[in-house]
Amino acid sequence: MSALEVIDVGVAFDGVTVLDDVSLAMVSGDITALLGPSGSGKSTLLRVIAGIIRPDRGSILIDGIDVTTSPTHRRRVGMVFQDNQLFPHRSVIENVAFGLKMAGVDRTSRQARSADWLDHVGLHGFGPRTVTELSGGEAKRVALARTLATEPAVVLLDEPLTGLDRELHDHLAGELSTILRAAGTTALLVTHDPEEAATVADRSIHLADL
Amino acid sequence: MNRLPRSVVAALAAVPAAALAVFFVWPFATIVSEALSGAAIRDTVTRRSTWEIVWFTSWQALLSTIVTIVIGLAPAAVVARFDFPGRGVLVGLLTAVFVLPTVVMGAAILALLPDALDRTVLAIVAAHVVFNLAVVVRLVGAMWELLPTDMEAAAATLGASRWRVFTDVSLPLIRPALTAAATVVFLFSFTSFGVIRVVGATGTRTIEVEVWRRATQLGDLGGAAVLTLLQLALLGVVVAWSTTLQRRHSRALGLRLRSPRRVPSGRSEQRVVTAIVVGTFAVVAAPLAALVIRSFSTPTGWSTAAWTDLGRTEIRPGLRVGVDPWNAVVNSLTTAVWATTFAVTIGALASLAIAAAGQAGRFLDAGLMLPLGTSAVTIGFGMLITFDVAPFDWRASWWLVPVGHALVAVPFVVRATLGVLRSVDPDLTAAAATLGASPTRAWYETVVPYLWRPLAAGAGLATAISLGEFGATSFLSRSGGETMPIAIERLLGRTGSILQAQGYALATMLAAVTVLVVVLTDRVQSFTRPTTSRRRG
Repeated sequence: MSALEVIDVGVAFDGVTVLDDVSLAMVSGDITALLGPSGSGKSTLLRVIAGIIRPDRGSILIDGIDVTTSPTHRRRVGMVFQDNQLFPHRSVIENVAFGLKMAGVDRTSRQARSADWLDHVGLHGFGPRTVTELSGGEAKRVALARTLATEPAVVLLDEPLTGLDRELHDHLAGELSTILRAAGTTALLVTHDPEEAATVADRSIHLADL
Repeated sequence: MNRLPRSVVAALAAVPAAALAVFFVWPFATIVSEALSGAAIRDTVTRRSTWEIVWFTSWQALLSTIVTIVIGLAPAAVVARFDFPGRGVLVGLLTAVFVLPTVVMGAAILALLPDALDRTVLAIVAAHVVFNLAVVVRLVGAMWELLPTDMEAAAATLGASRWRVFTDVSLPLIRPALTAAATVVFLFSFTSFGVIRVVGATGTRTIEVEVWRRATQLGDLGGAAVLTLLQLALLGVVVAWSTTLQRRHSRALGLRLRSPRRVPSGRSEQRVVTAIVVGTFAVVAAPLAALVIRSFSTPTGWSTAAWTDLGRTEIRPGLRVGVDPWNAVVNSLTTAVWATTFAVTIGALASLAIAAAGQAGRFLDAGLMLPLGTSAVTIGFGMLITFDVAPFDWRASWWLVPVGHALVAVPFVVRATLGVLRSVDPDLTAAAATLGASPTRAWYETVVPYLWRPLAAGAGLATAISLGEFGATSFLSRSGGETMPIAIERLLGRTGSILQAQGYALATMLAAVTVLVVVLTDRVQSFTRPTTSRRRG
């Protein structure tokens, strides 16, 4: 059974076709990079999978269950947004613990688990900090920890390394690969950089071929 | 899929919509039905005084507008183009004067002008001009800052003198701002009520004053209702005309960047700038200074009696004047607290509902702006003639005046909060959803936290508005429940130097409190924008 199945998804905005009958399947633990030039609809596909955009046609299956009409919070998808979307009024640890709080995990164990996740992404002791004071690389790690902490069925990453400087980019690409593999996550990564795709993912596919 | 459930949006919108329907739409409908009687219309149209009042209202407003624009252009240019010591103070002072209650402005002009000029049209126009200088300086100045200095330099290299640069380049380009400013000043002067009641002679009446006189002094509700609608129609024409003009004259200016300001250079330029700055300071500060001075002056010399005797209701043993200044202060503060509570509650719920409802929210948005488009006098008049029949005879209820004030203030609260709520990145809410938050929870976690700061700013504005509100209060306030503006108008309308001085003392106090509240509000408001970046892959 596939962890994620995208079947004949089509999306048009104001009559302009953005996704035209796109299909895609991923097995559990698979890390796939989705390549394509900017504006080709990669981000839109992620948003359709996450349930932020409703497709005009086609369906989305997660662990074999049709979630096409389910709201985002019932899909068990995690998403690392391009600009992170950390909650600015919450501390680092509160951001990471947010998903666990939504899942009803009690306070003590969500503190412990969030602290663990901060360790995993190399941010030991960052818990009490304000998210607005983080550097670009630190913020990206917090966003990653926040998403992985909820142990989603599928993790979607929207250009996770775009906008970081060269050295940090290369370093984080390797790290991202390690973290995702260690967590055994099924991940779909959107990028326009083939080299980055090769470093992080098991396989690369082009949106145009789908 | 992730939309906030309709039931939540409906629950949020329920209270604001009900308040709007009961306290604005219904009273307004009452005014319309009161006006729709053949006799009332015939009497009003055939009465000669009606057209004299319309004529007076129009020409005093036009005169006020022209004088304000002419006087305001120089400081607008100076503030836009130059850096000089005291620039911030000047802009701040102009703004402070603009937010003063109308009654206080009237009192200040009364305090400044010699007795011979009191109660003349000149005094009325002077009050309108001082009041509205900030409108011209702010609106026109902001546009002037956008004109590239190089464009003026280019005209100069083509042989244009400074004056020709102004008339042939700058002036045509700032025309939309000029039209906008002129419209605001005109509307303000046209619907002037507080200023006229304080400064004008007994027979001096704008349409608003006549509505008040017919409704409360003569008991001619039909006539007052017809005049209310006549004024609305005239205002509609002015606004429509001004909107068309602004659209026709607006041009794309290319660069939307503020041109750098510079220090005046050269003898003559320094002299001109200094003269304009000092002159503007004098025009704006003199009435306020006069207000304070007059509160300490009596025919027998300087005295603090007006201040120390504010709580004494008898001017001589056994002789009462029927105005209790200290009681008015207490009434004003209580009223302001309740009005702010009502306005903040309604405004917050409304903003949340409007921001969440998308297209449908526009109806509530537009509806809640209506009280701004009518006038406080209309609101007060409508409420007076609507809530006088059991079981809706609420005229004696303590909350009616605060509700009237809240209605005037709600548009400002909504404007303060809605923009901030709308600027919250939808992806932030989507991020909460991907972490397992339901639509309601995600909204509560990512949108609601942004409400508090702008709401604090809105609360400040509501307090300032309530403290100075005179139009609606004139209709709704009952004996013993007079607020400060009502007491000021009464005291200044009496003869007797102690009463006058007390009026000036109350006005000084009201001015100080209002400015303080607005300054604090401004501080809060400058921190309200969320810093979410908007980038899309």
